[in-house]
Amino acid sequence: MTAPGVTSQSAPAPRAKKGRGSLGRKVQDNLTGHAFLIGAVVCFALFMWYPMVRGIVMSFQRTRRGETTWVGWDNYVRIVADPSFWTAWKNTFLFTLLALVLGYALPFFVAILLNEFRHAKGYLRVLVYLPVMLPPASALFLFKYYAYDPSDAGLFNAILKSLHLPTSEWMQSPTMTIPAMVLASTWMNLGSAVLIYLASLQNIPGELYEAAELDGAGVWRRIWNVTIPQTRLILALLAMLQIVATMQLFIEPLILANGAGTQDSATSVAYLIYQHGFFQNDLNGAAALGVIMLLVLAAFSAVYVRLTTKQD
Amino acid sequence: MADSGTRTLISQAQLRRGRGKVIYWTLLTVVVAGFTLVFLGPLYWMVTGALKSGQEIAQTPPTLWPHDPQTQNYVDAWNNLALAKLMFNTFYYAAGAVFFQLVFDTAAAYALSKLRPIFGNLILGLMLATLMIPAMVLIVPQYVTAIDLPIIGINLLDSPWAIWLPLIANAFNIFLLKRFFDSIPEDLIAAAQVDGASPLRTLWSIILPMSRPILGVVSIFAVTAVWKDFLWPKLVMPSPETRTLSVGIYAFAGGTPQNVVIAASVIAAIPTVIIFLLFQRNIMSGLTTGSLKG
Repeated sequence: MTAPGVTSQSAPAPRAKKGRGSLGRKVQDNLTGHAFLIGAVVCFALFMWYPMVRGIVMSFQRTRRGETTWVGWDNYVRIVADPSFWTAWKNTFLFTLLALVLGYALPFFVAILLNEFRHAKGYLRVLVYLPVMLPPASALFLFKYYAYDPSDAGLFNAILKSLHLPTSEWMQSPTMTIPAMVLASTWMNLGSAVLIYLASLQNIPGELYEAAELDGAGVWRRIWNVTIPQTRLILALLAMLQIVATMQLFIEPLILANGAGTQDSATSVAYLIYQHGFFQNDLNGAAALGVIMLLVLAAFSAVYVRLTTKQD
Repeated sequence: MADSGTRTLISQAQLRRGRGKVIYWTLLTVVVAGFTLVFLGPLYWMVTGALKSGQEIAQTPPTLWPHDPQTQNYVDAWNNLALAKLMFNTFYYAAGAVFFQLVFDTAAAYALSKLRPIFGNLILGLMLATLMIPAMVLIVPQYVTAIDLPIIGINLLDSPWAIWLPLIANAFNIFLLKRFFDSIPEDLIAAAQVDGASPLRTLWSIILPMSRPILGVVSIFAVTAVWKDFLWPKLVMPSPETRTLSVGIYAFAGGTPQNVVIAASVIAAIPTVIIFLLFQRNIMSGLTTGSLKG
């Protein structure tokens, strides 16, 4: 810092002095700014930026008995050769697809419905969002022990039986495992999508519906021609977010299916990362699988960006 | 009604007359009943199921309410799973998460919004880019980092810092706070500077008092994030003494009767449900402000 009194006294080169003074001021301001940033930046560096690079580096290394060597593509080869690899991707894609069918359109229609009601609005919103606030472990034990009990004492089987429908073995049946996980996961997560849709529905100008109605458009036509185009960006964004979230399927198989499930029917990619990294003592293989997952999701994002920018 | 002026999909007039009115009220009744059943029903089943005896729970068809309520299940859950300790741990981690996120994330958002140092936008961009990286992809390298911090070489395993530090690196919070600070008029800050207030003083006396709603939202999200998180605390808090509620219940689930596990799950869910019922308005507004302009 230059003392302000000195600059005014030195007459010969006031301009240069003034310039240095404001430079000093600038440096000072920038230092203050970065001082405020430093805590967050250090945490981002330690737990986000560095691990991102480290994950990629690790995937090309192998650590054995404290010694780390470069092994090229060995980890990738080993991971892809694992028979569970393809099962895990198949399960994960199936889960993502089913979760998208159920968990994507459903909240949109729930939001449209809730937006029309003039009564019980607060109550319905609280109800829909309540499961989002439960710890997932708590909610999943409820599903595991009470809803998906394969005997007739289970809640779902009791309901099916009272309706004279065939009962199911739920998590013990390889074909029901993924639908059952989708159902539990949709119940837990539906609320946040509903609230986001509701907010965007409230931004649609009423005149658009008015005009459509005057043109003789019925309710479904109005949804198709007004509601959907007006909420297009949010719809596209949530589709992307949901794909990224459901592809990381982990706690559902871990708790509902004790990890792999009946005949590997629940194994997911994220569960495989966990298995390799923390049970098979293969952190490098797990890192390689993480990089593969990142690439797959990046491909999805690229398609998403392509589709959304094209329309604008 | 306060919002009768806004027109939605179906016009008000249509809903007030003859057939429209009948359909509206039928649909409303069906939806209210259906939603209560679908979203509240499982919670009822959970709370009352944990009160049933082992025999009653295996009964076909299941009973609608416990005929012989066993409060002992809840007592067993509390004692056998050491829920008091787990609950304390989780509260402690959540409180620390709120404190450190508020201190470091507001400081960073303030710098990015008002002080605007050189490379500020680059740093913001790098922070926001982390929102694109799926958590599962980073779990392995994050764990390796936490057990041997670069440069310092400390092992964070079983230390609360292993939970707190990664939570500070929350781009969504910084984005939310920065957007709020951006809306605070520059004149106010200029006026404070003329009066000789330092940047810290400006943040403390002008920005923060105006930002209470958004600080509330960030705090609530921090608590629920810690309460709901599972895999990361499971990895970095391996000792029984340092576990969180969810991880502790999971660890005990294998050797504990089902009803006791469910009773423990109910107890674990109570704090977040209470927080939600108390702060539902803040939570819902926070959710929508964060994503509205996407």
